[in-house]
Amino acid sequence: MKTLVVAVRTFLFFTVLTGIVYPMMITGIAQTLFPFQANGSIAQRDGVAVGSELLGQSFRNPRYFQSRPSATASFPGNAMAGSGSNLALTNPAWAELVRHRASELRQVQENDVAAIPVDLLTASASGLDPHISKRAAMFQATRVASARGMSLERVTALIDTLVEPGRMELGTIDRVNVLRLNLAMDAEEKTSVSK
Amino acid sequence: MNAADWILPGVYLFVLCAVALPLGRYMALVLSGRPHRGSRLQRSIETKIAKLCGFDPNDDMTWPRYAGCVLVFSIICLAVVFGLLNLQGSLPWNARGFESLSWHLSFNTAVSFVTNTNWQAYSGESTMSALSQALGLTVQNFLSAAVGIAVMMALIRGLVGRLQVEGGRLPSTTQSEVFGSNHPATHLGSFWLDLTRSTVFVLLPLSILLAIALVTQGVVQTFREQTTVKLVEPVTGPDGTTIEDQHLPLGMAASQVAIKQLGTNGGGFFGVNSAHPFENPTALSNFLQLLAILLIPAALCETFGILVGDVWQGRTLLGAMLIIFVPCVVAAEWAEHAGVSQVLAQASGGDLSDVDNLEGKELRLGTSSSVLWAVATTAASNGSVNCMHDSLTPLAGLVPMWLMQCGEVVFGGVGCGLYGMIVFAIVTVFIAGLMVGRTPEYLGRKIEAREMKLAALVILIPSILVLMGTAVAVMRTEGTSVVSNPGPHAFSQILYAFSSAGNNNGSAFAGLSVNSPFYNVLLGLAMLISRFGLIVPVLALAGAMSKKPVVPRTTGTLPTNGPLFAVLLAGIVVLVGALTFVPALVLGPVADHLEFIAQK
Repeated sequence: MKTLVVAVRTFLFFTVLTGIVYPMMITGIAQTLFPFQANGSIAQRDGVAVGSELLGQSFRNPRYFQSRPSATASFPGNAMAGSGSNLALTNPAWAELVRHRASELRQVQENDVAAIPVDLLTASASGLDPHISKRAAMFQATRVASARGMSLERVTALIDTLVEPGRMELGTIDRVNVLRLNLAMDAEEKTSVSK
Repeated sequence: MNAADWILPGVYLFVLCAVALPLGRYMALVLSGRPHRGSRLQRSIETKIAKLCGFDPNDDMTWPRYAGCVLVFSIICLAVVFGLLNLQGSLPWNARGFESLSWHLSFNTAVSFVTNTNWQAYSGESTMSALSQALGLTVQNFLSAAVGIAVMMALIRGLVGRLQVEGGRLPSTTQSEVFGSNHPATHLGSFWLDLTRSTVFVLLPLSILLAIALVTQGVVQTFREQTTVKLVEPVTGPDGTTIEDQHLPLGMAASQVAIKQLGTNGGGFFGVNSAHPFENPTALSNFLQLLAILLIPAALCETFGILVGDVWQGRTLLGAMLIIFVPCVVAAEWAEHAGVSQVLAQASGGDLSDVDNLEGKELRLGTSSSVLWAVATTAASNGSVNCMHDSLTPLAGLVPMWLMQCGEVVFGGVGCGLYGMIVFAIVTVFIAGLMVGRTPEYLGRKIEAREMKLAALVILIPSILVLMGTAVAVMRTEGTSVVSNPGPHAFSQILYAFSSAGNNNGSAFAGLSVNSPFYNVLLGLAMLISRFGLIVPVLALAGAMSKKPVVPRTTGTLPTNGPLFAVLLAGIVVLVGALTFVPALVLGPVADHLEFIAQK
C-alpha cells in the first residue's frame, strides 16, 4: 500500500515536471528567442501568409515549378496528413505510378527529351518535401519560361540564386525550395510588367 | 556509390564516441551518487523530491521489491495514459476537437509509450490533442526511458555490489568479501531514487539543450495547434471542391522530439516522424537527432565500466556493439546505393549512375543519412524514422529488421540495451566455459543454473513473440488483408511489425494498416510481454548474482575485457539472431530482393 502511494505521488511529480514545466519552459524560450521558427517558418506575401517555407505545396499550373509527387491523403501536399506512399520497389502498382508520372511530365514538357530527374518521379517520405533538386528545377525551366513569356536566362538565373548547395559529406544534392522559387518567379514577373 | 557517401557514417561514429565517453563519465557520477563537485546540490535536490514523493532515498530494495515498484509504477502510467487517450474528446486543450481514441488504439498507444516502444498506429497531427501529447506522451517519453536506466543500475549493483557502485573502490577480493554482496545490508538500491536521478540529472538537461537546438532549425514549438495559410495555387479536393485555405499542424513538437530521440523512444509528434519538415527541418537538425539516437546507449557502456571498477569492461561491450553496427551500416548503405531500380531507370531515361532510389526519402536529408538513420534507429530501440522503410531496397530493409531481431542489444534502448547486452555477455561466458570445461564467471561471480535459465528467458521471449506473432498474423485474414504491397514484401511488412513490437523498437514498414482491434491488441501484448517479461528476469538475475561470493581471479578465468571477448560476444549475438530468424528473412526480404533484381 505504501508503494502504491509513493508510486502515485512520484508519477504526479514527474507528470508536472516533464509534462507541464518542461514543455512550457521550452515554449517560452522558443517564442521569445526564435518566434519565426517556433511558429512554423511562415512565408508571407503582401502581409498574407501563403504557406510554410518548410512545407511543400502542390503546383499544377505550368507557370509554376512543380513539387515532388506527394502521397498524402485527399490531395497532394495535404499538410494535415503528411504521408509517404509506403509502396515497395517490387510493387507493380508503384511501377505503374512511376511510368504514369514520367509520361505526364513528358506531355507537360512537350518536346523536352532530357532525362527526367528521379525526384520528380518518386513520392517523398512526408509528402511535404519542400525541395526539388536543382536538376529538376532546370528541367522545368523551359516550360515555366515559355508559360510566363520570360526568357530562359532570367528563369535559370533566378534558380541559381535560390539553390541550396548539396553537401557531399551529408549525402545531399543541390536543391531548390519550390515555394520560395515560385514566389520569386511571381515577384520577378510583376517587376518586369511594371517596368 | 562513391567515397563521399562514407564520410557521413565516419564523421557520425567519431562524434558519437567523442561525446559519449565524457557523458558516460558524468552519468556514472550522478547515477551512482559518488562524490563529485555538484554532490551537495544533487543531494539536496534528491532529498526535496524524495520528501515530496514520500520515498526514502536511502532505501535498499531486494529484487522482488524493486521489481514490484517497477510494475506498480508502470501500471499507474498505463492506466493514466489509457484514460487520457480514451477520454480525449471530453478533456480540455483540444483545439481541433479530436475524438476520443478507440479502446484498442488507446490500449496499444498506452502500452507502446509506457514500454519505451513508441509504436504508433495513429498519426499525431490527425489524432492527438495537445493535452494528450504533452501530459500523456511526453511524460512517458521521459519515464519509460528512466525506468530502463533504473533497471540497468539495479543490475549493475547486483553484479558488483552496491558499495562498489557507490564508492568507486577498486574490485579487490578482500574488500568485496568483507563489504561486498555478502553484506546483508546491500541489495539493489532504491527504484525511486534511480528514477529521479535518471530523469532529473540526465534526461531533462540533455532534452532542454536538444529541444532549443531543434527550435533554431525550425522545429515548431507553440501552444497553438494549427495555423491557416492561403495557398499560392488552390488545389482540388477529393470531392471536386477547390481548396484555397490550408491548415498547417503546429504544437509543442521540439520539446517532445528531443526526448523522443534521447530516450530511444522514437514516437513521432507528426505521423511521418522525423521525415516531417516540422519535425526535422534541416541537415543539421537531422545530424543532431541522429546523434541523440545512440548517444545515451553508447555512453552507458562507459558508465557501466566505471561503476564496475574497470572501464574496459564497458568499452568491450561498446566494442562488441560496434563490431555488429559498422558492418550493418556498410551493408545497408551499399544495398541502397547499388540497388538501382530498373523501373526508375527506364522511366527517367537517364544515366544509371544518376538514378537514386528517392521513393520515400526527403531531398534535404539525402540517401546516405536516411540509410544511416534506418540502421541507427533499429540498432538502438529508438524506432523513429526519417525515410519510409517500406520503400527501401529489399536488402537495405533487411538490415533494420534483423537488427531489431537481434534483441535490441546493439546499443538498444537506454538502459535496456545495456542490460540486454550484459545478459548476452553472461551467455557468452557460459558458452566459453562449456568449451573449456570450467564453471563460467562474470565480474568475479559464478554463473550457475538459475542465472542461465533467467538469461535464456531474456533471449527467448522476444524471439518467440516475433515468430509466433507473425505466424498468427499471416494465418488470419485480419492480419493479411491490411498490407499495402503484394508478394514477399507483404510478409516483410508483417514480420517487421512483430520484430518491432516484440523488441520494443517502434519503427515500421508503415504501409501495414495496423489500427484495427486485431493488430492493436496483438502488437500491444507483444510490447507488454517483451518489456516486463524481460525486466522481471533481469532483476531476478541481479538478485541472484548479488548473493554470490566473489571468487578470486585465476589464470583459468576468461577475461571479459578486451578484443577477444568483444569478438566472442558479437559472435554470440549474431549467431543467435541469425539462427533464429534466417528462415523468416528468406521468405520476406530475401525473396523480395530476388524479385527486385529480376525486374525488367
